[in-house]
Amino acid sequence: MNAAALGLVDLLATTDAPVGVTELASGRGVNDNIFVVIAVSAVFYGTPLLLAALGEMLTERSGVLNLGVEGMMLMGAAACAWTSLNAGGPGWLALVLALLAAMAAGGVAALVHAVLVLTFKVEQIVSGLAITILAGAAGLSSFLANTWDLGRGPVRHRLDLIEVAGLGDLPVVGPILFRQNALTYASWLLVVGLWWYLFRSRPGLHLRAVGESPATADAMGIGVVRSRYLHTVAGGCLAGLGGSFYPLAIIPLWSDGLTGGRGWIALALVIFGFWRPELILVGAYLFGAFVSLSFTLQARDVEVSTQLLDSLPYLMTIVVLVVVSAGWARRRLGAPAALGQPYEREAR
Amino acid sequence: MERRIDRPRWLTVAVPLASLVAALVTGAVVLAAAGKDPFATYDRILQRGFLADGALSATLVAASPLLFTGLAAAVAFRMGIFNIGGEGQLVVGAIGATWAGLTVGDGPVGVTIVAMLVAGGLAGAAWAGIAAALRAWLRTNEIITTLMLNYVALNLATYLIFGSRSPWRKLDGSGLMFPQGKPLPDRAEWPSFTVGDVVLPLGFVVGAVVAVGLFVLLRSTRFGFEVRVIGDEPRAARHAGMRTRRVTFVLLALSGAVAGLGGASDVGDTRQVLDPKALGQAGYGYAGIVVAALARLNPLAVVVVAIVMGGLANAGRALQGPDFPAGLVGTLQGLLLVCTLAGELFSRYRIRRTPGLQLSDDPPAPADDGAPAGATA
Repeated sequence: MNAAALGLVDLLATTDAPVGVTELASGRGVNDNIFVVIAVSAVFYGTPLLLAALGEMLTERSGVLNLGVEGMMLMGAAACAWTSLNAGGPGWLALVLALLAAMAAGGVAALVHAVLVLTFKVEQIVSGLAITILAGAAGLSSFLANTWDLGRGPVRHRLDLIEVAGLGDLPVVGPILFRQNALTYASWLLVVGLWWYLFRSRPGLHLRAVGESPATADAMGIGVVRSRYLHTVAGGCLAGLGGSFYPLAIIPLWSDGLTGGRGWIALALVIFGFWRPELILVGAYLFGAFVSLSFTLQARDVEVSTQLLDSLPYLMTIVVLVVVSAGWARRRLGAPAALGQPYEREAR
Repeated sequence: MERRIDRPRWLTVAVPLASLVAALVTGAVVLAAAGKDPFATYDRILQRGFLADGALSATLVAASPLLFTGLAAAVAFRMGIFNIGGEGQLVVGAIGATWAGLTVGDGPVGVTIVAMLVAGGLAGAAWAGIAAALRAWLRTNEIITTLMLNYVALNLATYLIFGSRSPWRKLDGSGLMFPQGKPLPDRAEWPSFTVGDVVLPLGFVVGAVVAVGLFVLLRSTRFGFEVRVIGDEPRAARHAGMRTRRVTFVLLALSGAVAGLGGASDVGDTRQVLDPKALGQAGYGYAGIVVAALARLNPLAVVVVAIVMGGLANAGRALQGPDFPAGLVGTLQGLLLVCTLAGELFSRYRIRRTPGLQLSDDPPAPADDGAPAGATA
């Protein structure tokens, strides 16, 4: 085995601050306040987590648990980096193509999971692990990256920070809300859209029926398997899109496993957010803050152990999970009732 | 398609074989698509992994940690506890074993080895014990906690060597220039046994003994019985008065201890030093999951599968280069796993044409799917 499986290498390879942070970490006046800086970069680092977690929420809402998030993100990142390095034409077009490639790669990986669990009736946990092992940091994403020589240079396109209507210098809210990149803005639209889809639209109602009580949904004439296929693949597309954030915004030069286990944090976020988009947004930025704390404090020469700060997001994931699972979630509040369970008609 | 009542014997051979062929064919397609010659690649893996001079000895060295992490995963998965923290438990085991080796390394050889094994096992058990206690008493999802602890464990090892002046770190000579681990005294190096042309590392022997022990434990003891019942039918286990939580805790800690032994064997057999970078890159823990799944969670089968996977890993390490890029071994492992999982369908179901019955999208299949009780409402 050459590189670390599932992204451990990243811990050692990318301890230096990523590129994106320098622009984020410098503000003017009140916006140079450390809390503002942390909030700004929390949104920045939270974006890939948010995208991947929203995708996983969509998948889990249909009753399918997909532990392959990390693998799907890495496939998305690899496809995105390849496209950026090879696509010609105008920059915006290449950027769009790179994002589409990332979504396609994540979707294909999710499709493998869907085929395994829905058609081949493999246990969902095992299948998801298999996806992450197959596609993960020591698997296909690394093989493709090395075959394509993605490490030959930084990707040629970046998601630049977009300032909305010149509001970026407003105190406090300016840099947080109005000076982010396109994918972050898109993720906000996605939160609203998914909320509307789940709770206000008819297909969303059907989706929830499939996740809560597939037998009932089936009796209503909803294609359970079709819905699960659809939402598993859609979830994979979003995970791939989350993965594209790493080469395009955080770490332009490829390194195997550059997502560093964030896919697993996204899985925890779905539980933390009780399967609701708006709460997942809150959770994603909380974890974004933990991720950014390390870089922000180092940039300000605060003497804290790098390794301790690097461990913080992982430790906090555990703490949050403990709190959530010891409290209300003991009654599985919000979890789709049929999550992780196969559905077979006539199996009673 | 309907569920098989009995499993014909020929299927237990034919299905894994067909899965292997399917994985090799898919792998060949991936290789060809990447512009590499699949047959030449497979041939080189076979040569460097098993057939060439001394290849088998190197393979056994590579297989030892996989044997331990495979056993760790198999034992936990058997009860439906998904310990995917073998990676971190192995790293912490290596930290513990290195400490023991540095502390009592000048003592008699036997004492040092035992001390390293005990320290490695205890460290691994303690690390898994965190997730185990949370799972048993607070119902925290062990998949995510064990995985998160992998990263923390690696950060801990990195801290000991790169971030502090710990007893694990070499603080003189070249250690002043480049942060590195303090090497163990020569006497702490584990012996190996020569059988014919093959050199058998002590770690592998210990692993095989542990495999037999776990096999007996799961098959013929009260604890093993409880593990099987809790795994297959948790509600029945509770009604029968089994102490589910305690068994969960003990099992996950045991799993961690086995992975920790893997860390000890890695330090004792090959590295003689705490090397966080190498441990992180090796990815033993995750490969162990593949080993356990391919061995269908049977500890004795884990020994065989670990040798095969060790051969693959050994070949990957020896051959790495432009023709054999990083990630190829992991890809092949993953394909093998995916194909094996998919192949399971054919040993569980059989296809029968029923005249006059319209087959819909989701084929009707009677009986439940081997899923937990009450899977379908």
